Amino acid sequence: MVKERNIVLELSHTDLGYDGRVVLRDVSLTIQSGEIVCLLGSNGVGKTTLFKTILGFIKPIAGLITIDGTDISRFSPKDFARLVAYVPQLHHSPFPYTVRDVVLFGRTVHLALFASPCKKDRDIADSFLELLDITHLAERAFSELSGGERQMVIIARALTQEARFIILDEPTSNLDYGNQVRIIRKIGELCRQSVGILMATHTPDHAFMIASKVVVVNNGSLFCCGKPEITLTPETLKQIYGVDVQVFDTPYNGICSRKVCVPVMEPATENFSKHKQ
Amino acid sequence: MKGFSLIILCLLILAVVTFFSMGVGRYPVSPASLLSWIATGQCPDDTLPVILFNIRLPRLIGAVAAGGALAMSGAAYQGMFRNPMVSPDILGVSSGAGFGAALAILLSFPVAGIQILSFAGGITAVLIAVSISKTIGRSHDSVLVLVLSGIIISSLFGALLSMLKYVADPDDKLPAITYWLMGSLANIRGSDLAVILPLLFVGSIPLMLVSWRLNVLSFGEDEARSLGVHTGWMRALVILCATLMSASIISFTGIIGWVGLIVPHLARFVAGPNHRMLLPVSFLFGGIFMLVVDNVARSLASVEIPIGIITAILGAPFFIWFLKKSSGKSW
Repeated sequence: MVKERNIVLELSHTDLGYDGRVVLRDVSLTIQSGEIVCLLGSNGVGKTTLFKTILGFIKPIAGLITIDGTDISRFSPKDFARLVAYVPQLHHSPFPYTVRDVVLFGRTVHLALFASPCKKDRDIADSFLELLDITHLAERAFSELSGGERQMVIIARALTQEARFIILDEPTSNLDYGNQVRIIRKIGELCRQSVGILMATHTPDHAFMIASKVVVVNNGSLFCCGKPEITLTPETLKQIYGVDVQVFDTPYNGICSRKVCVPVMEPATENFSKHKQ
Repeated sequence: MKGFSLIILCLLILAVVTFFSMGVGRYPVSPASLLSWIATGQCPDDTLPVILFNIRLPRLIGAVAAGGALAMSGAAYQGMFRNPMVSPDILGVSSGAGFGAALAILLSFPVAGIQILSFAGGITAVLIAVSISKTIGRSHDSVLVLVLSGIIISSLFGALLSMLKYVADPDDKLPAITYWLMGSLANIRGSDLAVILPLLFVGSIPLMLVSWRLNVLSFGEDEARSLGVHTGWMRALVILCATLMSASIISFTGIIGWVGLIVPHLARFVAGPNHRMLLPVSFLFGGIFMLVVDNVARSLASVEIPIGIITAILGAPFFIWFLKKSSGKSW
């Protein structure tokens, strides 16, 4: 992919909410293309509201959201979708489209109103199926895939859209441990394609694994924002989730290290008693 | 099967069924005499061309148009409402058309008046349903609100229709209304086709053109939007086209149920869910289905059976069989 000029998605002093009721107040946030931003916060704190507002599904109550300096409400749905792609949390289609078709739907934004995809679009879709190692699923029915496979397909669809930003709503929910790690790795690789990523997650470790910035929402506003290693301290995590968490350094190939979160807990009883003997 | 060859195959079946349907009816015409007429250019008797061109052929074309239009608008609605249980009258077009027709019969309008009022009734019912869903607002799931508005309007117009039937003269008006509601292709003439076919053309071409986007729309409001589809405009277009098609058919034939519900299922089973193929295949399947049903309607008994009754009697067991067959699979 050609290296493109960096652009910025920016929220400046934005109040978000439904029907005039403010859920998040005075949110200021920037996402550069080529950067991974992790969004953390406990259940029901307004992460989805933030996403829906950035995606233009609901209007901000006050303040401005801009991409490259232009207010997002001034984009047509088509122009906006060329800039921002969305990977929703639950997706289901009542009809058994093939995986290749579902990925091709990402090309819609590059098609004329009455057109359908041509050979070039199919090649692009196939290349992203390959990138995510899911070429073998291409002819399967999307509605019959497992949760992890579907997630991969929807990410491939978002990539096929060739937008500058991708917004992912808890991309690892419902996935087994191996698939979680695989998806997070793939997302980590994506930012090298100069895609800007905003990802909601309930696993703070994801931020340590791939994020260049972490954003925490709590108590109706942005609680803190910065490099994961600096921002995600045991104190912050306690304030977000209300539980005690320790943060450790784990060495990686002797040169650098990555932090991990470990909840503070007594070992399971059986283990504990065995240990004591 | 690859798309193009499937369409060709459907067209061939349609042609064959049409050919044999020309022979079905009170005045028997053997396929052999038709073939020899085509081959030699010599007409075996004088009444044959009159019956064929004035009565039978318009009726056959009407059957294909009716089945095709109802099936295609059903397929488009199922995609848009993301629900395989949706039929073309989900927004009240049938009950509106029924009310319009009953009103025209009650006022002793001529046939053209019945057709116009029924068409207007169908369109009006849908417009009311859509405006109700608009006033209920954006904070709800827009597709769900649309369906509920359709149900409200259907039952409202159903009640108004019952009112008209109650006050109608039970000796002539009430039977006329009742027969109209059962649906029939018996009265379609060439002049009717001159009105129906352009309307179907105007309704079906835009649907075909946006069929790719209809796929995207079936993933739901938010996803379709994030994929760059202007969901509001798309929904308006689909409703407009599907209503135009079904209202123009219903106003000439009366109410023919089931076709718009089951034929899209069959088409999806054969052609897959992609609307690029699903819409044309639904149209062709609908046409073939209606030809067969209409043949049954006019040959089963000495008196012609209203076609709406046959579609329901054939449709119900067929649908049960189909659901059993495809159980465990997604739609």
